[in-house]
Amino acid sequence: MFYREAGDFKTSYEADSQTFPIKFDRYRFWAMLAVAYLVIPFIINDYWANAILVPFLIYTIAAIGLNILTGYCGQVSLGTGGFMAVGAYAMYKLMTSFPDVSVVIHVILAGGITAVVGAAFGLPSLRIKGFYLAVATLAAQFFLVWLFNKVAWFYNYSASGQINAPERFVGGIAVTGPNTDAWAKYMICLVFVTVCAIIARNLTRGTMGRKWMAIRDMDIAAEIIGVNPLQAKLTAFAVSSFFIGISGALFFSVYLGAVEVGEAFGIQKSFLVLFMVIIGGLGSIFGSFAGAGFLVLLPVALKVIGVDLLGWPTDIVAHLQLVIIGALIMFFLIKEPHGLAQFWRIAKEKLRLWPFPY
Amino acid sequence: MSADFLYGIEVILNGLMAGVLYALVALGFVLIFKASGIFNYAQGVMALFAALTLVGIMEGQVPFSHIINAIFGTKIHHFGWHVPALLAIFLTLCVMVAFAWAVQKFVFRHLVGQEPIILFMATIGLAYFLEGMGDLMWGSDIKTLKVGLPQGGSRWIEDMTSGLGGNDFYGFFIDKLDMVATVVAAILVMSLIAFAQYSKQGRAMRAVADDHQAALSVGISLNFIWVLVWSLAGLVALVAGVMWGAKSGVQFSLSLIALKALPVLMLGGFTSIPGAIVGGLIIGVGEKLFEYTIGGMIGGATENWFAYVLALIFLVFRPQGLFGEKIIERV
Repeated sequence: MFYREAGDFKTSYEADSQTFPIKFDRYRFWAMLAVAYLVIPFIINDYWANAILVPFLIYTIAAIGLNILTGYCGQVSLGTGGFMAVGAYAMYKLMTSFPDVSVVIHVILAGGITAVVGAAFGLPSLRIKGFYLAVATLAAQFFLVWLFNKVAWFYNYSASGQINAPERFVGGIAVTGPNTDAWAKYMICLVFVTVCAIIARNLTRGTMGRKWMAIRDMDIAAEIIGVNPLQAKLTAFAVSSFFIGISGALFFSVYLGAVEVGEAFGIQKSFLVLFMVIIGGLGSIFGSFAGAGFLVLLPVALKVIGVDLLGWPTDIVAHLQLVIIGALIMFFLIKEPHGLAQFWRIAKEKLRLWPFPY
Repeated sequence: MSADFLYGIEVILNGLMAGVLYALVALGFVLIFKASGIFNYAQGVMALFAALTLVGIMEGQVPFSHIINAIFGTKIHHFGWHVPALLAIFLTLCVMVAFAWAVQKFVFRHLVGQEPIILFMATIGLAYFLEGMGDLMWGSDIKTLKVGLPQGGSRWIEDMTSGLGGNDFYGFFIDKLDMVATVVAAILVMSLIAFAQYSKQGRAMRAVADDHQAALSVGISLNFIWVLVWSLAGLVALVAGVMWGAKSGVQFSLSLIALKALPVLMLGGFTSIPGAIVGGLIIGVGEKLFEYTIGGMIGGATENWFAYVLALIFLVFRPQGLFGEKIIERV
């Protein structure tokens, strides 16, 4: 009824190639942004920020990053945790070495440093393919975590081996450190998510994104039609690591505040982000949001139901949680291997015909 | 002979035996990957689950006792009997076969024809499921596995070799359990190869590994072969679980041996049984030697990543691993 392109005339090339060609989608997008920016910051409290919204936003950035590499360029990576650690430690070193520079610049620089590291670990992808590459990226995961554990320079020789985020301000408002308000944490993450999502969306539908997708679909054929595999794969690794680095930097400085590398950025984190990408939908920016939201909400929901409503012991709920997450992942893969994004697409197709399907 | 040199040899010997254990886990991966193209990340958790089940059956634990007690307020823990080791191993094997059948029936039958990455993700989901299930069934405390395997270093070898070096050499220290594991692994590998080469099911298994559709067209039941392969992987997991469990206790970290087996696979090739063995030995010796010679200089604990970096460098020169099938790419 209201969700169709009939009557929505495009009179310029810009209008024709915009991100949301259907009018209703555009309104929905602006409405969501308005709610996210103008409503939620005023009603947010500590529990919602720390348990759900901030991790959701940060994981979304990581999922967008991994989705670029795995979903768009077809290179499976299990090194996400390691690259997030690079972002976090780069952030820490920058924050402590240049305390006068704004943290926003630090976050972006941390992303840049991670991009360089990611591109370096992406080099073998030119020779190694498929699962061999997936396992090879584990080398990055284990090596980086070990490096940040062993080389004391990275954690400024602190006795505990932890890194702690010092207090920093953006426009006079604390965004890192122990005295940060919930809404400030939320807002800085939200700004980064918005910018990253817009950049990623536009990268993936431009020349670069098409090169990545050509490589994903078949790299030899792509090479024959003139896509430089070296350039395409390395840019995918660099851009993906850039986003993952930003998410690692935010994860450490805004969300946790203090980080021990093996705990926060271990192999489990790599799998978690990969799950988000797959459950959300490979090759879809919306899917990154959906997957991150789903996997952040699920443990919280299970905990609320199991511990608070049914009153079971926490260890049983923790184990049940593993069983349920595992079963849900398998169920999802069987029912819809293309993830939540595919459900969304189907729903939209249905909506276009509704209520007169013939 | 100088003592340093002899200690080097000792390190190599211990590395070889550790390598055998890695190879044992890698073997389970290769079996499933060859026959169904599934990269089974759950292999390590299967080893944990098998070991947990074995301990649980031997001790006569009531499955799910913790959750039953929480819901109904009862206090049951044990049936009060002890099952002899051999019978318990047999029962565990039955559980693993039932598990193989269930996995095939409820999960992978519905995923035939999907992309490898989807199958891989499904096995990670399976790993989570199995890990939670093992904890729910048998509890998550550390258990000791007593199936009558010898423990500790071998005095005999130590005494025999102590005369080789100078005064500061005390003879080779070799774990008895490692020796047993080596022998068991060798027997297991030989019987697996014999099974694959000479039995009817083994031939069918190789046919499926070669070409699914061709195998299907000559009347081989893919379903049966896949259940068979998962059961064999369950058997391998049980053996690996017993060996590792006897060494360091049955606990969560047991499932992490899967991560040790991955570089072995890369090095040896995903599709080759001899590759898994040779790769395991190379990785075992390599990481022990590296830790012994260079590890101390750069902060130690290099064992976590050395195997991966070694495999990575190696793969750059030979992308399909030592014995893997040559990758032929066509448009």
